[in-house]
Amino acid sequence: MIVPIVRTALMALRRDRPALAMSFILPIAFFSIFAAIFGGQHNSTAKIKVIFVDEDRSRASLELEKGLEREDSLVISTRLPSKDKAAAPSDYTAATAEAAVKAGDAPVALIIPAGFGQNPISFGGNQTGPAIQLLSDASDMIAPQMVGGLLQKAAMTAMPAAMAEEGMKYTDQYVGGLTAEQRKTMDNNLDYLRNLETKDSSNIASSATSGSGSGGLVAVKARSVVGENKNGNMISFYAAAIGVMFLLFTSSNSAGSLLEEAESGTLDRVLSSRVTMTALLGGKLAFNTLLAFAQLVVMFLWAQACFKLDLFTHIPGFVVMGLCTAFAVAAFGMLLASICHTRAQLGALSTLVVLMMSSIGGSMFPRFLMPPAMQKAGLFTINAWAIDGFTKVFWRDLPVSELWPQVGVLLAVGIALFLIARRIARRWEYA
Amino acid sequence: MNEQLTPTGSAQSPAIELQPQTPELIPLEVASLVKRFGQVTAVDGISLVLNSGECLGLLGPNGAGKSTLIRCIVGRALAEAGRINVFGFAVGTSEAREALGWVPQELALYPRLTCRENLDAFGRYHGLAGSKLAQSVTWCLDWAALADRAGDLVRNLSGGMKRRLNMAAGIIHRPRVVLMDEPTVGVDPQSRNRIFEMIEALRAEGTAIIYTTHYMEEAERLCDRVAIIDHGRIVAQGTNRELIQSSFASRSQVMARFAGPSGEIAAWVERHQGRLVDGAAEFTIEQSTQIAGLLDDAAKAGLELVDVSLRRPNLESVFLHLTGRELRD
Repeated sequence: MIVPIVRTALMALRRDRPALAMSFILPIAFFSIFAAIFGGQHNSTAKIKVIFVDEDRSRASLELEKGLEREDSLVISTRLPSKDKAAAPSDYTAATAEAAVKAGDAPVALIIPAGFGQNPISFGGNQTGPAIQLLSDASDMIAPQMVGGLLQKAAMTAMPAAMAEEGMKYTDQYVGGLTAEQRKTMDNNLDYLRNLETKDSSNIASSATSGSGSGGLVAVKARSVVGENKNGNMISFYAAAIGVMFLLFTSSNSAGSLLEEAESGTLDRVLSSRVTMTALLGGKLAFNTLLAFAQLVVMFLWAQACFKLDLFTHIPGFVVMGLCTAFAVAAFGMLLASICHTRAQLGALSTLVVLMMSSIGGSMFPRFLMPPAMQKAGLFTINAWAIDGFTKVFWRDLPVSELWPQVGVLLAVGIALFLIARRIARRWEYA
Repeated sequence: MNEQLTPTGSAQSPAIELQPQTPELIPLEVASLVKRFGQVTAVDGISLVLNSGECLGLLGPNGAGKSTLIRCIVGRALAEAGRINVFGFAVGTSEAREALGWVPQELALYPRLTCRENLDAFGRYHGLAGSKLAQSVTWCLDWAALADRAGDLVRNLSGGMKRRLNMAAGIIHRPRVVLMDEPTVGVDPQSRNRIFEMIEALRAEGTAIIYTTHYMEEAERLCDRVAIIDHGRIVAQGTNRELIQSSFASRSQVMARFAGPSGEIAAWVERHQGRLVDGAAEFTIEQSTQIAGLLDDAAKAGLELVDVSLRRPNLESVFLHLTGRELRD
C-alpha cells in the first residue's frame, strides 16, 4: 500500500508546479545567494572604506598611511569626493571625516593627530604622545575592530625604525644604556631600516603575517560618532530589516484576495457594477498600503516599548519612510497577485521572490558586510532602499529632506509595479 | 405570497435612477450576437428580446452557450459581433450597468463578511449610499428571508441561505432586468421553493428576468417563454405550449417496459421507429389507438409486457427532441 501512496503523491507533485519550484528552485536560489555573500568564489570579501586624516604629516604618520594602504581589506581615502569634476579634491579634515562617518559614507575614520610622529609607538601601552582617533559608526561592529587590528599591524610592519628607536629607549631606561660603540652600530642599523622602509616597504609588509593584539604599539582612542548614544544598538536596523521582509510577505498574501475573488466569481460580480478594474486595484493598493503601514507602526511601537527604540523623536521621518515603504511593498504584492493564477502559485512565487529580495537587500544580513557586487545587487530590492531610509532616520538622525533618494526610489518603484500589475490585470477585465 | 417577500414601508422598492424614457423601450434586446473563444464559437448569431415583466427561460445542455450569452449581456465578455441594448442603452454603459442585475451561478460573495455587510458592499459598488443604501439592504434581506440572519457570516450560512443571499446581492441596486444563471444549483426542495417565491415576487413588480436552468420543471413553472440553445444558437423559442406544438404537434409518447432478451427488445423497438430510454421503449404516436397495435405486435414478437404508459410531451421532451440525448460535458 505504500507504493501506490508514493505514486499518487508523485503524480500530484508533478502537476503542482509551484510546489515543484518550492522543492528545487528555492533551495538552489538560496544556496547561490548565500554562497555569493559568504563564499570565496568572488575572492572579494567586503573591503572596508577608511577615511585617513593626517594632521601630523610626520614620517611616522606617512609610513602608517602607506602601511594601511597596503592592506587588501582596506580602501584608504584621504580626499573628499569632488562634486565638481574640474576642481581638485580637498583633503579630509577631522570635521569632514566625522561628518562623512555620520552620513554613512565610510564606517571608520582614522585621525592622526599633530605630534603623533614624535612618539608614535610604545611598548606596554604607556603612550605619552597624542593617540590616534578611530571614529566609527556603531551600526557596523566589525569594521572598527578590523581597522584597529590592522592599524597595529601596520605600526609593527611599516615602522621598524620607530620600533627600534623605542626599543633603545627601553634599553636605556631598564638595562642601563648602550656603550658608545653599541650606540653607533645601532644608529647605523636604524639608518638602514629607514632606507629599507623607503625603498622596499612592500616586502616588509608582505612578510608580516600578523598584527599586534589589543593594547598595542600605537595608542588609539576609539569613538562611535553615530549611534553612540542610541538605545538598543541595532534595534532600528532590525525593526526595518525584518519589518520590510514581513511586509512583503503580508502584502503579497493580502493582494492574494484578488485571486480568491477571481476564483469565487466575486471579481466578476464587482466588475459588473460601477467598479472598474483600475478602481478595484487602486482600492486594494490603498488598503494594502495602510495595512503595511499599520504593521510598521505596531512593530516600531513594540521596539520602543520593549527595546527602547526612540520612535517618538523620529515621527516625521518614520511616517515618510513608513508610508513610502508600505506603498512600494503593497504595489509589489499587487504585481505578484496579478501575475499568478492561483493562491498556490502566489504562495510559491512570493516565498521565492521575497526571500531572495530579503537576503540580497539586507533584511537577513547587513549589506555593508556583503561583497561590493552583492551590495550593488541589493539596490535592486525594495528592502535595501527601505532599510537605508530607516537607518538614516533612526541611526543617523538625518532630517526628512535627506530621505529624498529613498523616497524617490520607493515611490517610483511602487508606481511602476502598480502600472505593470494594472496592465497584467487586463486578463480579468473581459473574456 | 409570503409576507416576508413583500417589502413594506419605506423599504419598498427603492426606485432605480434609470427609468425607461418611453414605454416602448425594450428592457433587453440582443441582436445577431457572436462570441468566439479561439476556434470555438460559443454564441453563434443569437437574437432575442426580453419584454417588461417577462421571465425568459434559457435552456440548453452544458456548453451550449447559455452562460457566455449571459456574460456578454452583463458586459463581462466582449462579443465579436452583434448588438445588446438595455432599455436602449448599449451594454457596458453606466445606464445599462445600473439597469442590469446579475446573479451568477457561483456564490460570488465575501465569505468573511456578514449578510448585511455583503449587501452593503455590493450596494456601494453600484453607487448606493446613505438611506437609499440602508433601505435597499433591508428590502433585500426581507426579500431573501434573511433578516434574522443579517449579522451572520456568510460562511456560516446553509447552502440555501447562501444561494438566496447570492440572489439578493445581484439585485441590491434594484435593477429592472435581472439575469439569473442557475440560481437553484445544489439546494434542497424547500430552499428551491423559497427561491421560486422570491423570483415570483420580483416578477410581480415588473422586473424582466432571464433565467437559465437545467431543471425543466423550473422553466415550466417560472418562465413565460423558453429559448432552447444548442451549439451557440437558439434552436427554438416560445411558450411551453408553442414549443410542444412545434415539436410534437398532437403526438403523444408511449413508454413501455418489456421482459425478455435485451437484444430482441432492442431489435423490436428499432423496427417500430422507437428508442430505448433507460431500459424503456419510447414511441411517438399520432393517436392513442395506435397503442393497441403496438402492444399486439410486441406480444406476437414474444415480448412480455411489464408496464405501459401514455404521456403528453412536456418541455423535457422538447428539450431532448431538439438537443438529442448524447451526453454533453
